[in-house]
Amino acid sequence: MTDKPSQPIIEFSNVTKRFGTLTVLDDFNFKVAKGEKVTLIGPSGSGKSTVLRILMTLEPFQEGRLALAGMSYHEPNGKGPFKASEKHLHQIRSHIGMVFQSFNLFPHMTVLRNVVEAPVRVLGLPRGEAECRAVDLLAMVGLADKKDHYPSQLSGGQQQRVAIARALAMRPRVLLFDEPTSALDPQLVGEVLSVIRGLAHEHDLTMLLVTHEMRFAREVSDRVCFFDKGRICEQGEPNAIFGAPKEERTREFLQSVLS
Amino acid sequence: MNWTAYLPMLWQGAVVTMTITLSAILFGVILAFVFGILRVEGGPILSKVALCYTEVFRGTSLFVQLFWFYYALPLVGLSFDPITTGILVLAAHAGGYGAEIVRGALSSVSVQQMEAARALNFNRLQTLFRISLPQAVVEMMPAFGNLTIETLKLSSLVSLISIADLTFSAQSIRNITLDSTSIYSVTLVCYFAMSLMLMVVVRVIERMVRRGNAFPRAAHS
Ligand SMILES: Nc1ncnc2c1ncn2[C@@H]1O[C@H](COP(=O)(O)OP(=O)(O)O)[C@@H](O)[C@H]1O
Ligand SMILES: [Mg+2]
Repeated sequence: MTDKPSQPIIEFSNVTKRFGTLTVLDDFNFKVAKGEKVTLIGPSGSGKSTVLRILMTLEPFQEGRLALAGMSYHEPNGKGPFKASEKHLHQIRSHIGMVFQSFNLFPHMTVLRNVVEAPVRVLGLPRGEAECRAVDLLAMVGLADKKDHYPSQLSGGQQQRVAIARALAMRPRVLLFDEPTSALDPQLVGEVLSVIRGLAHEHDLTMLLVTHEMRFAREVSDRVCFFDKGRICEQGEPNAIFGAPKEERTREFLQSVLS
Repeated sequence: MNWTAYLPMLWQGAVVTMTITLSAILFGVILAFVFGILRVEGGPILSKVALCYTEVFRGTSLFVQLFWFYYALPLVGLSFDPITTGILVLAAHAGGYGAEIVRGALSSVSVQQMEAARALNFNRLQTLFRISLPQAVVEMMPAFGNLTIETLKLSSLVSLISIADLTFSAQSIRNITLDSTSIYSVTLVCYFAMSLMLMVVVRVIERMVRRGNAFPRAAHS
Protein backbone atom coordinates (compact mmCIF):
# COMPACT_ATOMS: atom_id res chain seq x y z
CA MET A 1 0.00 0.00 0.00
CA THR A 2 1.12 3.46 -0.84
CA ASP A 3 -1.02 5.27 1.72
CA LYS A 4 0.54 7.06 4.66
CA PRO A 5 -1.24 7.39 7.98
CA SER A 6 -2.01 11.05 7.40
CA GLN A 7 -3.38 10.52 3.91
CA PRO A 8 -7.17 10.31 3.53
CA ILE A 9 -8.33 6.88 2.42
CA ILE A 10 -10.97 8.46 0.17
CA GLU A 11 -10.36 11.69 -1.67
CA PHE A 12 -12.75 13.29 -4.18
CA SER A 13 -11.12 16.31 -5.79
CA ASN A 14 -13.27 18.52 -8.00
CA VAL A 15 -15.30 15.56 -9.21
CA THR A 16 -18.07 16.23 -11.70
CA LYS A 17 -20.64 13.58 -12.46
CA ARG A 18 -23.31 13.95 -15.11
CA PHE A 19 -26.13 11.76 -16.33
CA GLY A 20 -26.56 13.08 -19.84
CA THR A 21 -27.25 16.78 -19.33
CA LEU A 22 -28.09 16.42 -15.64
CA THR A 23 -25.16 17.35 -13.45
CA VAL A 24 -25.44 15.35 -10.26
CA LEU A 25 -22.11 16.18 -8.63
CA ASP A 26 -20.55 19.50 -9.53
CA ASP A 27 -16.97 20.18 -8.55
CA PHE A 28 -17.37 17.85 -5.60
CA ASN A 29 -14.70 17.70 -2.88
CA PHE A 30 -14.81 15.19 -0.09
CA LYS A 31 -12.23 13.46 2.07
CA VAL A 32 -12.55 10.58 4.47
CA ALA A 33 -9.84 9.56 6.91
CA LYS A 34 -8.89 5.97 7.48
CA GLY A 35 -11.20 4.38 10.03
CA GLU A 36 -13.61 7.29 9.96
CA LYS A 37 -17.35 6.62 10.14
CA VAL A 38 -19.15 9.15 7.97
CA THR A 39 -22.89 9.43 7.48
CA LEU A 40 -24.42 11.08 4.45
CA ILE A 41 -27.86 12.55 4.96
CA GLY A 42 -29.99 14.76 2.77
CA PRO A 43 -33.09 14.86 0.61
CA SER A 44 -33.74 12.21 -2.01
CA GLY A 45 -32.02 12.96 -5.30
CA SER A 46 -29.25 15.01 -3.72
CA GLY A 47 -26.52 12.65 -4.95
CA LYS A 48 -25.74 10.52 -1.88
CA SER A 49 -26.06 7.18 -3.65
CA THR A 50 -24.11 8.53 -6.58
CA VAL A 51 -21.13 9.19 -4.32
CA LEU A 52 -21.16 5.59 -3.10
CA ARG A 53 -21.76 4.17 -6.55
CA ILE A 54 -18.85 6.10 -8.01
CA LEU A 55 -16.63 4.76 -5.23
CA MET A 56 -17.79 1.20 -5.93
CA THR A 57 -17.04 1.74 -9.66
CA LEU A 58 -20.69 1.18 -10.51
CA GLU A 59 -20.76 4.64 -12.12
CA PRO A 60 -18.03 6.47 -14.00
CA PHE A 61 -17.49 10.19 -13.46
CA GLN A 62 -16.53 12.77 -16.02
CA GLU A 63 -14.15 15.25 -14.45
CA GLY A 64 -11.92 15.65 -11.45
CA ARG A 65 -9.91 13.18 -9.49
CA LEU A 66 -10.82 10.40 -7.11
CA ALA A 67 -8.35 8.33 -5.14
CA LEU A 68 -8.71 5.41 -2.79
CA ALA A 69 -5.78 4.76 -0.48
CA GLY A 70 -3.65 6.84 -2.79
CA MET A 71 -4.74 4.91 -5.88
CA SER A 72 -6.27 7.08 -8.56
CA TYR A 73 -9.48 5.85 -10.19
CA HIS A 74 -8.48 7.20 -13.60
CA GLU A 75 -5.40 5.74 -15.21
CA PRO A 76 -3.13 8.10 -17.16
CA ASN A 77 -3.98 6.45 -20.48
CA GLY A 78 -7.20 4.84 -19.34
CA LYS A 79 -9.90 4.25 -21.93
CA GLY A 80 -13.66 3.76 -21.83
CA PRO A 81 -16.16 5.48 -19.57
CA PHE A 82 -14.11 4.67 -16.47
CA LYS A 83 -10.82 5.84 -18.00
CA ALA A 84 -9.20 2.79 -16.46
CA SER A 85 -8.61 -0.84 -17.33
CA GLU A 86 -10.78 -3.58 -15.87
CA LYS A 87 -7.69 -4.85 -14.05
CA HIS A 88 -7.17 -1.49 -12.37
CA LEU A 89 -10.84 -1.24 -11.37
CA HIS A 90 -10.61 -4.77 -10.03
CA GLN A 91 -7.76 -3.73 -7.79
CA ILE A 92 -9.62 -0.69 -6.50
CA ARG A 93 -12.75 -2.71 -5.80
CA SER A 94 -10.74 -5.20 -3.77
CA HIS A 95 -10.60 -2.61 -0.97
CA ILE A 96 -14.29 -1.72 -0.96
CA GLY A 97 -17.48 -3.51 -0.05
CA MET A 98 -21.04 -2.34 -0.51
CA VAL A 99 -24.35 -3.09 1.15
CA PHE A 100 -27.38 -2.20 -0.94
CA GLN A 101 -30.81 -0.96 -0.02
CA SER A 102 -32.42 -4.01 -1.64
CA PHE A 103 -29.91 -6.56 -0.21
CA ASN A 104 -29.23 -8.11 -3.64
CA LEU A 105 -28.39 -11.54 -2.30
CA PHE A 106 -27.99 -14.21 -4.97
CA PRO A 107 -31.33 -16.03 -4.89
CA HIS A 108 -29.99 -19.29 -6.30
CA MET A 109 -27.38 -19.75 -3.59
CA THR A 110 -27.77 -20.71 0.04
CA VAL A 111 -26.82 -18.18 2.67
CA LEU A 112 -23.47 -19.90 3.18
CA ARG A 113 -22.68 -19.92 -0.53
CA ASN A 114 -23.67 -16.28 -0.83
CA VAL A 115 -20.94 -15.50 1.69
CA VAL A 116 -18.37 -18.03 0.46
CA GLU A 117 -18.61 -17.65 -3.30
CA ALA A 118 -16.62 -14.46 -3.77
CA PRO A 119 -13.81 -15.30 -1.31
CA VAL A 120 -13.36 -18.64 -3.10
CA ARG A 121 -13.68 -17.43 -6.70
CA VAL A 122 -12.24 -13.95 -6.42
CA LEU A 123 -9.72 -14.17 -3.58
CA GLY A 124 -8.89 -17.82 -4.25
CA LEU A 125 -9.33 -18.92 -0.65
CA PRO A 126 -9.61 -22.67 -0.11
CA ARG A 127 -13.29 -23.53 0.29
CA GLY A 128 -12.85 -25.00 3.76
CA GLU A 129 -11.16 -21.92 5.08
CA ALA A 130 -13.69 -19.63 3.40
CA GLU A 131 -16.53 -21.63 4.95
CA CYS A 132 -15.01 -21.38 8.43
CA ARG A 133 -14.75 -17.64 8.10
CA ALA A 134 -18.25 -17.41 6.62
CA VAL A 135 -19.70 -19.31 9.57
CA ASP A 136 -17.92 -16.92 11.95
CA LEU A 137 -19.29 -13.93 10.09
CA LEU A 138 -22.78 -15.39 10.03
CA ALA A 139 -22.52 -15.97 13.77
CA MET A 140 -21.47 -12.36 14.17
CA VAL A 141 -24.63 -11.17 12.41
CA GLY A 142 -26.65 -13.71 14.40
CA LEU A 143 -27.53 -16.04 11.54
CA ALA A 144 -25.29 -19.09 11.94
CA ASP A 145 -28.38 -21.31 12.09
CA LYS A 146 -29.63 -20.05 8.72
CA LYS A 147 -26.58 -20.97 6.68
CA ASP A 148 -28.35 -23.63 4.63
CA HIS A 149 -31.43 -21.53 3.92
CA TYR A 150 -32.07 -19.72 0.68
CA PRO A 151 -32.52 -15.94 0.72
CA SER A 152 -36.21 -16.28 -0.17
CA GLN A 153 -36.72 -18.09 3.13
CA LEU A 154 -35.38 -15.19 5.18
CA SER A 155 -36.95 -11.94 6.34
CA GLY A 156 -35.66 -8.67 4.93
CA GLY A 157 -33.70 -7.95 8.07
CA GLN A 158 -32.05 -11.36 7.94
CA GLN A 159 -31.24 -10.94 4.26
CA GLN A 160 -29.61 -7.61 4.92
CA ARG A 161 -27.51 -9.11 7.71
CA VAL A 162 -26.38 -11.86 5.34
CA ALA A 163 -25.52 -9.15 2.80
CA ILE A 164 -23.36 -7.45 5.42
CA ALA A 165 -21.60 -10.74 6.19
CA ARG A 166 -21.10 -11.28 2.47
CA ALA A 167 -19.47 -7.88 2.06
CA LEU A 168 -17.27 -8.39 5.12
CA ALA A 169 -16.09 -11.77 3.84
CA MET A 170 -14.05 -9.91 1.23
CA ARG A 171 -12.21 -8.07 4.02
CA PRO A 172 -12.82 -4.57 2.70
CA ARG A 173 -11.06 -1.56 4.18
CA VAL A 174 -13.97 0.65 3.22
CA LEU A 175 -17.57 -0.41 3.61
CA LEU A 176 -20.38 1.49 1.90
CA PHE A 177 -24.00 1.29 3.06
CA ASP A 178 -26.69 2.74 0.82
CA GLU A 179 -29.83 3.11 2.93
CA PRO A 180 -29.44 -0.38 4.37
CA THR A 181 -32.68 -0.23 6.34
CA SER A 182 -34.93 1.73 3.98
CA ALA A 183 -36.48 -1.36 2.41
CA LEU A 184 -37.25 -2.98 5.77
CA ASP A 185 -40.40 -3.19 7.81
CA PRO A 186 -39.99 -0.92 10.85
CA GLN A 187 -39.75 -3.82 13.29
CA LEU A 188 -36.77 -5.27 11.38
CA VAL A 189 -34.70 -2.08 11.25
CA GLY A 190 -33.27 -2.53 14.72
CA GLU A 191 -31.54 -5.88 14.10
CA VAL A 192 -29.71 -4.50 11.07
CA LEU A 193 -28.72 -1.30 12.82
CA SER A 194 -27.30 -3.24 15.75
CA VAL A 195 -25.04 -5.20 13.37
CA ILE A 196 -23.85 -1.95 11.79
CA ARG A 197 -23.36 -0.47 15.25
CA GLY A 198 -21.08 -3.40 16.05
CA LEU A 199 -19.00 -2.65 12.96
CA ALA A 200 -18.73 0.99 13.90
CA HIS A 201 -16.48 -0.11 16.77
CA GLU A 202 -13.99 -1.68 14.35
CA HIS A 203 -11.16 0.74 14.50
CA ASP A 204 -9.65 0.09 11.06
CA LEU A 205 -12.82 -0.12 9.03
CA THR A 206 -13.80 3.04 7.17
CA MET A 207 -17.55 3.38 6.84
CA LEU A 208 -19.70 5.52 4.58
CA LEU A 209 -23.34 5.27 5.44
CA VAL A 210 -26.33 6.80 3.68
CA THR A 211 -29.31 6.67 5.99
CA HIS A 212 -32.53 8.32 7.06
CA GLU A 213 -32.16 6.95 10.59
CA MET A 214 -31.11 10.20 12.21
CA ARG A 215 -30.84 8.94 15.76
CA PHE A 216 -28.61 6.13 14.60
CA ALA A 217 -26.48 8.52 12.52
CA ARG A 218 -25.98 10.71 15.55
CA GLU A 219 -24.96 7.73 17.62
CA VAL A 220 -22.43 5.99 15.36
CA SER A 221 -20.89 8.69 13.17
CA ASP A 222 -17.68 10.58 13.61
CA ARG A 223 -18.97 13.03 11.04
CA VAL A 224 -22.28 13.81 9.40
CA CYS A 225 -22.49 15.36 5.92
CA PHE A 226 -25.68 17.03 4.83
CA PHE A 227 -26.11 16.79 1.06
CA ASP A 228 -28.17 19.16 -0.96
CA LYS A 229 -28.29 19.33 -4.77
CA GLY A 230 -25.04 17.47 -5.32
CA ARG A 231 -23.03 19.37 -2.76
CA ILE A 232 -22.14 18.95 0.86
CA CYS A 233 -24.10 21.85 2.24
CA GLU A 234 -22.94 21.41 5.82
CA GLN A 235 -20.83 18.88 7.68
CA GLY A 236 -19.46 18.34 11.14
CA GLU A 237 -19.69 16.31 14.28
CA PRO A 238 -23.11 14.74 14.82
CA ASN A 239 -23.82 16.91 17.83
CA ALA A 240 -23.07 20.04 15.87
CA ILE A 241 -25.17 19.07 12.86
CA PHE A 242 -28.13 17.73 14.80
CA GLY A 243 -27.83 20.04 17.80
CA ALA A 244 -26.99 23.35 16.20
CA PRO A 245 -27.19 23.28 12.40
CA LYS A 246 -25.86 26.47 10.86
CA GLU A 247 -27.43 26.30 7.44
CA GLU A 248 -31.09 27.06 6.84
CA ARG A 249 -31.38 24.08 4.44
CA THR A 250 -30.03 21.70 7.08
CA ARG A 251 -32.51 22.97 9.64
CA GLU A 252 -35.39 22.58 7.18
CA PHE A 253 -34.34 19.08 6.28
CA LEU A 254 -33.87 17.95 9.86
CA GLN A 255 -37.19 19.43 10.83
CA SER A 256 -38.91 17.57 7.99
CA VAL A 257 -37.40 14.19 8.90
CA LEU A 258 -37.49 14.47 12.66
CA SER A 259 -41.08 15.68 12.94
CA MET B 1 -55.20 -55.84 -45.79
CA ASN B 2 -56.03 -54.41 -42.38
CA TRP B 3 -54.01 -51.34 -41.31
CA THR B 4 -53.11 -52.94 -37.98
CA ALA B 5 -50.62 -55.16 -39.77
CA TYR B 6 -48.61 -52.05 -40.44
CA LEU B 7 -48.29 -51.01 -36.79
CA PRO B 8 -44.65 -52.17 -36.54
CA MET B 9 -43.84 -49.88 -39.45
CA LEU B 10 -45.57 -47.01 -37.67
CA TRP B 11 -43.64 -47.83 -34.52
CA GLN B 12 -40.36 -47.65 -36.44
CA GLY B 13 -41.44 -44.28 -37.77
CA ALA B 14 -42.17 -43.12 -34.25
CA VAL B 15 -38.70 -44.22 -33.13
CA VAL B 16 -37.14 -42.22 -35.96
CA THR B 17 -39.21 -39.16 -35.05
CA MET B 18 -38.21 -39.43 -31.42
CA THR B 19 -34.54 -39.90 -32.28
CA ILE B 20 -34.50 -36.92 -34.59
CA THR B 21 -36.44 -34.73 -32.16
CA LEU B 22 -34.31 -35.57 -29.14
CA SER B 23 -31.03 -35.14 -31.01
CA ALA B 24 -32.23 -31.88 -32.54
CA ILE B 25 -33.26 -30.54 -29.13
CA LEU B 26 -29.96 -31.57 -27.57
CA PHE B 27 -27.86 -29.87 -30.25
CA GLY B 28 -30.37 -27.05 -30.51
CA VAL B 29 -30.02 -26.25 -26.81
CA ILE B 30 -26.23 -26.23 -27.13
CA LEU B 31 -26.47 -23.86 -30.09
CA ALA B 32 -29.01 -21.76 -28.20
CA PHE B 33 -26.66 -21.28 -25.25
CA VAL B 34 -23.62 -20.59 -27.41
CA PHE B 35 -25.34 -18.02 -29.62
CA GLY B 36 -27.58 -16.60 -26.89
CA ILE B 37 -24.57 -15.95 -24.67
CA LEU B 38 -22.66 -14.47 -27.58
CA ARG B 39 -25.57 -12.12 -28.25
CA VAL B 40 -25.21 -10.70 -24.75
CA GLU B 41 -21.51 -11.07 -24.01
CA GLY B 42 -19.90 -11.49 -27.43
CA GLY B 43 -18.63 -7.97 -27.91
CA PRO B 44 -19.22 -5.97 -31.08
CA ILE B 45 -18.33 -8.64 -33.65
CA LEU B 46 -19.38 -11.98 -32.21
CA SER B 47 -22.72 -10.62 -31.04
CA LYS B 48 -23.43 -9.56 -34.64
CA VAL B 49 -22.50 -13.02 -35.87
CA ALA B 50 -24.90 -14.52 -33.36
CA LEU B 51 -27.57 -12.05 -34.40
CA CYS B 52 -27.16 -13.11 -38.06
CA TYR B 53 -27.50 -16.74 -37.10
CA THR B 54 -30.70 -16.24 -35.12
CA GLU B 55 -32.26 -13.96 -37.73
CA VAL B 56 -31.48 -16.29 -40.64
CA PHE B 57 -32.88 -19.37 -38.95
CA ARG B 58 -35.88 -17.61 -37.48
CA GLY B 59 -36.57 -15.57 -40.58
CA THR B 60 -36.69 -18.34 -43.17
CA SER B 61 -38.94 -21.34 -43.33
CA LEU B 62 -37.77 -24.66 -41.98
CA PHE B 63 -39.15 -26.24 -45.12
CA VAL B 64 -36.76 -24.25 -47.32
CA GLN B 65 -33.88 -24.73 -44.90
CA LEU B 66 -34.33 -28.48 -45.14
CA PHE B 67 -34.30 -28.53 -48.91
CA TRP B 68 -31.45 -26.07 -49.06
CA PHE B 69 -29.27 -28.18 -46.78
CA TYR B 70 -30.33 -31.36 -48.53
CA TYR B 71 -29.64 -30.20 -52.08
CA ALA B 72 -27.23 -27.27 -51.79
CA LEU B 73 -24.70 -28.55 -49.26
CA PRO B 74 -23.65 -31.51 -51.41
CA LEU B 75 -22.76 -29.00 -54.13
CA VAL B 76 -20.02 -27.57 -51.88
CA GLY B 77 -18.86 -31.07 -51.05
CA LEU B 78 -20.67 -31.45 -47.76
CA SER B 79 -23.03 -34.33 -47.94
CA PHE B 80 -24.78 -35.94 -45.04
CA ASP B 81 -27.29 -38.71 -44.99
CA PRO B 82 -30.90 -37.52 -44.74
CA ILE B 83 -31.24 -38.23 -41.03
CA THR B 84 -28.14 -36.22 -40.15
CA THR B 85 -29.30 -33.42 -42.40
CA GLY B 86 -32.71 -33.49 -40.74
CA ILE B 87 -31.20 -33.36 -37.26
CA LEU B 88 -28.79 -30.56 -38.17
CA VAL B 89 -31.44 -28.39 -39.73
CA LEU B 90 -33.96 -28.92 -36.95
CA ALA B 91 -31.22 -28.26 -34.39
CA ALA B 92 -30.15 -25.07 -36.12
CA HIS B 93 -33.76 -23.97 -36.31
CA ALA B 94 -34.42 -24.72 -32.64
CA GLY B 95 -31.07 -23.10 -31.81
CA GLY B 96 -32.15 -19.89 -33.53
CA TYR B 97 -35.29 -19.63 -31.43
CA GLY B 98 -33.50 -20.96 -28.35
CA ALA B 99 -30.77 -18.32 -28.64
CA GLU B 100 -33.47 -15.66 -28.37
CA ILE B 101 -34.83 -17.40 -25.27
CA VAL B 102 -31.35 -17.45 -23.72
CA ARG B 103 -30.68 -13.83 -24.64
CA GLY B 104 -34.03 -12.70 -23.25
CA ALA B 105 -33.57 -14.59 -19.99
CA LEU B 106 -30.01 -13.34 -19.54
CA SER B 107 -31.04 -9.75 -20.03
CA SER B 108 -33.92 -10.19 -17.60
CA VAL B 109 -31.51 -10.82 -14.71
CA SER B 110 -31.76 -7.66 -12.65
CA VAL B 111 -29.22 -4.87 -12.78
CA GLN B 112 -28.98 -5.11 -8.99
CA GLN B 113 -27.68 -8.66 -9.26
CA MET B 114 -25.01 -7.47 -11.69
CA GLU B 115 -24.06 -4.66 -9.35
CA ALA B 116 -23.83 -7.00 -6.38
CA ALA B 117 -21.55 -9.24 -8.44
CA ARG B 118 -19.42 -6.28 -9.43
CA ALA B 119 -19.20 -5.04 -5.85
CA LEU B 120 -17.87 -8.47 -4.89
CA ASN B 121 -15.31 -8.20 -7.66
CA PHE B 122 -16.47 -11.14 -9.78
CA ASN B 123 -15.11 -10.82 -13.31
CA ARG B 124 -17.34 -10.95 -16.38
CA LEU B 125 -17.14 -14.69 -16.95
CA GLN B 126 -17.70 -15.49 -13.28
CA THR B 127 -20.69 -13.15 -13.23
CA LEU B 128 -22.08 -14.83 -16.33
CA PHE B 129 -21.63 -18.42 -15.26
CA ARG B 130 -22.14 -18.14 -11.51
CA ILE B 131 -24.65 -15.32 -11.15
CA SER B 132 -26.64 -14.60 -14.31
CA LEU B 133 -26.91 -17.94 -16.08
CA PRO B 134 -28.09 -19.97 -13.07
CA GLN B 135 -30.86 -17.42 -12.52
CA ALA B 136 -31.66 -17.07 -16.21
CA VAL B 137 -31.96 -20.83 -16.76
CA VAL B 138 -34.97 -20.91 -14.46
CA GLU B 139 -36.62 -18.21 -16.56
CA MET B 140 -35.83 -20.11 -19.75
CA MET B 141 -37.47 -23.39 -18.79
CA PRO B 142 -41.09 -22.70 -19.81
CA ALA B 143 -39.98 -21.32 -23.19
CA PHE B 144 -37.62 -24.25 -23.77
CA GLY B 145 -40.53 -26.54 -22.94
CA ASN B 146 -42.58 -24.95 -25.71
CA LEU B 147 -39.64 -25.10 -28.08
CA THR B 148 -39.26 -28.82 -27.40
CA ILE B 149 -42.88 -29.52 -28.33
CA GLU B 150 -42.56 -27.21 -31.32
CA THR B 151 -39.50 -29.13 -32.50
CA LEU B 152 -41.37 -32.41 -32.21
CA LYS B 153 -44.16 -31.02 -34.36
CA LEU B 154 -41.81 -29.49 -36.92
CA SER B 155 -39.88 -32.74 -37.16
CA SER B 156 -42.68 -34.08 -39.40
CA LEU B 157 -41.25 -31.89 -42.15
CA VAL B 158 -38.21 -34.18 -42.44
CA SER B 159 -40.50 -36.65 -44.17
CA LEU B 160 -40.12 -34.31 -47.16
CA ILE B 161 -36.48 -35.30 -47.59
CA SER B 162 -37.56 -38.93 -47.58
CA ILE B 163 -36.80 -39.77 -43.97
CA ALA B 164 -39.07 -42.55 -42.77
CA ASP B 165 -40.31 -40.78 -39.64
CA LEU B 166 -43.76 -41.14 -38.12
CA THR B 167 -45.44 -38.85 -40.66
CA PHE B 168 -43.67 -40.51 -43.59
CA SER B 169 -44.66 -43.97 -42.37
CA ALA B 170 -48.25 -42.88 -41.85
CA GLN B 171 -48.41 -41.56 -45.39
CA SER B 172 -46.90 -44.75 -46.82
CA ILE B 173 -49.34 -46.94 -44.94
CA ARG B 174 -52.24 -44.77 -46.01
CA ASN B 175 -51.14 -45.07 -49.63
CA ILE B 176 -51.27 -48.84 -49.35
CA THR B 177 -54.39 -49.30 -47.22
CA LEU B 178 -56.25 -46.16 -48.31
CA ASP B 179 -57.64 -46.03 -44.77
CA SER B 180 -56.85 -42.41 -43.93
CA THR B 181 -59.06 -42.04 -40.88
CA SER B 182 -57.68 -44.92 -38.87
CA ILE B 183 -54.07 -44.38 -39.72
CA TYR B 184 -54.08 -40.64 -39.06
CA SER B 185 -55.98 -41.13 -35.83
CA VAL B 186 -53.28 -43.48 -34.60
CA THR B 187 -50.58 -41.08 -35.79
CA LEU B 188 -52.24 -38.22 -33.96
CA VAL B 189 -52.31 -40.24 -30.76
CA CYS B 190 -48.64 -41.16 -31.24
CA TYR B 191 -47.57 -37.53 -31.59
CA PHE B 192 -49.65 -36.59 -28.59
CA ALA B 193 -48.13 -39.37 -26.50
CA MET B 194 -44.63 -38.26 -27.47
CA SER B 195 -45.41 -34.67 -26.62
CA LEU B 196 -46.73 -35.73 -23.24
CA MET B 197 -43.54 -37.66 -22.59
CA LEU B 198 -41.41 -34.69 -23.56
CA MET B 199 -43.45 -32.40 -21.34
CA VAL B 200 -42.91 -34.71 -18.39
CA VAL B 201 -39.16 -34.72 -19.04
CA VAL B 202 -39.13 -30.91 -19.29
CA ARG B 203 -41.04 -30.63 -16.00
CA VAL B 204 -38.54 -32.91 -14.27
CA ILE B 205 -35.63 -30.86 -15.57
CA GLU B 206 -37.38 -27.67 -14.58
CA ARG B 207 -37.82 -28.96 -11.07
CA MET B 208 -34.15 -29.91 -10.89
CA VAL B 209 -33.17 -26.47 -12.10
CA ARG B 210 -35.31 -24.80 -9.48
CA ARG B 211 -33.38 -26.72 -6.86
CA GLY B 212 -35.78 -27.06 -4.00
CA ASN B 213 -36.44 -23.82 -2.26
CA ALA B 214 -34.07 -21.52 -4.10
CA PHE B 215 -36.80 -19.86 -6.11
CA PRO B 216 -40.29 -19.21 -4.89
CA ARG B 217 -42.50 -20.30 -7.76
CA ALA B 218 -42.92 -17.39 -10.11
CA ALA B 219 -46.45 -16.31 -10.88
CA HIS B 220 -46.12 -16.98 -14.61
CA SER B 221 -44.91 -20.56 -14.42
N1 LIG C 1 -28.78 6.06 -13.85
C1 LIG C 1 -29.22 7.33 -13.78
N2 LIG C 1 -29.59 7.99 -14.89
C2 LIG C 1 -30.03 9.26 -14.84
N3 LIG C 1 -30.14 9.97 -13.71
C3 LIG C 1 -29.80 9.38 -12.55
C4 LIG C 1 -29.32 8.03 -12.53
N4 LIG C 1 -29.04 7.68 -11.25
C5 LIG C 1 -29.33 8.79 -10.52
N5 LIG C 1 -29.78 9.80 -11.29
C6 LIG C 1 -30.16 11.14 -10.82
O1 LIG C 1 -29.08 11.66 -10.07
C7 LIG C 1 -29.56 12.42 -8.98
C8 LIG C 1 -28.92 11.94 -7.70
O2 LIG C 1 -29.35 10.61 -7.47
P1 LIG C 1 -28.91 9.78 -6.19
O3 LIG C 1 -27.44 9.84 -6.06
O4 LIG C 1 -29.52 8.44 -6.34
O5 LIG C 1 -29.60 10.59 -5.02
P2 LIG C 1 -29.87 10.15 -3.52
O6 LIG C 1 -29.20 8.85 -3.27
O7 LIG C 1 -29.33 11.26 -2.70
O8 LIG C 1 -31.37 10.05 -3.39
C9 LIG C 1 -31.07 12.30 -9.00
O9 LIG C 1 -31.59 13.46 -9.60
C10 LIG C 1 -31.32 11.11 -9.87
O10 LIG C 1 -32.54 11.25 -10.54
MG1 LIG D 1 -30.12 6.99 -2.84
